[in-house]
Amino acid sequence: MRKRIVAAEELARLVEKLADQIVAGDRAGDRLAFVGIKRRGEPLARRLARLLADRGRPGLPVGAIDITLYRDDLQLVAETPIVRGTEIGFDINGLTVVLVDDVIYTGRTTRAALSELLDFGRPAAIRLAVLVDRGNRELPVAPDFTGLVIETGPQDLVDICLSEIDGEDAVYLGRR
Amino acid sequence: MSSKAPARSLRHLLGIAELSDEDIAAIFSHAEMFKSVLGRPIPVVPALRGKTFVNLFFEASTRTASSFALAASRLSAQCLGFSLAASAVRKGETLLDTARNIEAMRVDGVIIRHSMAGAARFLSERLRAFVVNAGDGCHEHPTQALLDAFTLREKLGTLEGRRVLLVGDIAHSRVARSNILLFRRLGARVAVCGPPTLIPPRVEELGCEVFYRLDRVLYEVDVVNMLRVQNERIGAGAFPSVREYRALFGLTRERLARLARSAVVIHPGPVNWGVEMDYEVSDFPHALIMNQVTNGVAVRMAVLYLLAGGHADEDSPAPA
Repeated sequence: MRKRIVAAEELARLVEKLADQIVAGDRAGDRLAFVGIKRRGEPLARRLARLLADRGRPGLPVGAIDITLYRDDLQLVAETPIVRGTEIGFDINGLTVVLVDDVIYTGRTTRAALSELLDFGRPAAIRLAVLVDRGNRELPVAPDFTGLVIETGPQDLVDICLSEIDGEDAVYLGRR
Repeated sequence: MSSKAPARSLRHLLGIAELSDEDIAAIFSHAEMFKSVLGRPIPVVPALRGKTFVNLFFEASTRTASSFALAASRLSAQCLGFSLAASAVRKGETLLDTARNIEAMRVDGVIIRHSMAGAARFLSERLRAFVVNAGDGCHEHPTQALLDAFTLREKLGTLEGRRVLLVGDIAHSRVARSNILLFRRLGARVAVCGPPTLIPPRVEELGCEVFYRLDRVLYEVDVVNMLRVQNERIGAGAFPSVREYRALFGLTRERLARLARSAVVIHPGPVNWGVEMDYEVSDFPHALIMNQVTNGVAVRMAVLYLLAGGHADEDSPAPA
């Protein structure tokens, strides 16, 4: 029992909504950059950078972060997770970095990404943009920009599909 | 076993012979990733916070021991040094006793160098901690082979079809053995060259050609892997003199000038300058000796991460 709750056109609209929020939150003098959390935050960050270009902010730098080495459960998982690697090809000092993820749940991934990002330098600010907020936070973190909020429980599975990785744009809701 | 983590088949690193192709690929891809970590403003990640390893070196080493210690610290793990001179080994403690005592201190991994072939395997069969072989007698030195191959791949793209020549004491070199095994696995054409007294019998069975005259093969190869002349072999009947060794098997200034234009030179260090290589090699733009040292840290980070990541299952019995 896995049902589609967001179709492709709707997902595109949610990303547009995020871009609009980022532009609205942008203050004069902010130097923006995007860092997507792997894997699905990375294509989302690229889409947002393209949408910002359409809104008069072309050429914003985009990086990708793999938080595996900063996970707080590395000692708990039975098998060593594969690390894909972080690619931030620009100096983040003084930038306003928009951290991008497809979904926020416990907040632990965001915490890990913040720790890793701060090892690269001292950005002027870090903002968090997520396509879907499914609640159930375990740490005190909250997104600045949100596409969609859905109510879920721990038994629910939220699958976000992006064409760059999954061949389609959609959000599915299932059960464990 | 999850398909997400093929590298988890790696319980210990005893030799190249025990590694699967997936293990080797995982070590290389993680080493590449860790090399980029080493280039960050803060070249430390918290991945192995709380883990403790011990460097159990029963033979002298500077670069290997410090490379492992540095790799551990870059992963936020502790690496306890163990000095042979100050240890209870001098009071007659056996290898197993030493290891058990160290394990009783709840160490997660043991990095061992020992003059006896099989020492690492001996420990791995008796300890719950993971074991990394940092050189056992004339048997294997797998992290050296891995960092050599990683360095060559970085420079040449691939080892597939490349001609690699190992020069020197093949018979007593654990580096030679591990390197031949790994280079062959990666598709290289491997040859060895040295005095007949230092070429082991049946070395062809490892899949390599044998040459006794350096000038017959040196100028055709893509990779020259020089080996250290072990001082204790000199004058012990293996070859008459340093001068003769240098004349017949040394990478001299004259030979260096005649290498193929794209040929690269590696050496596991420490180098006996003026014996197996003239000092001019250090200025040769295709000498990768310092790249080897730099990459050694990244490769050892990969090995430690893949062995120590995840949790040791407390309920699983220690292997027999």
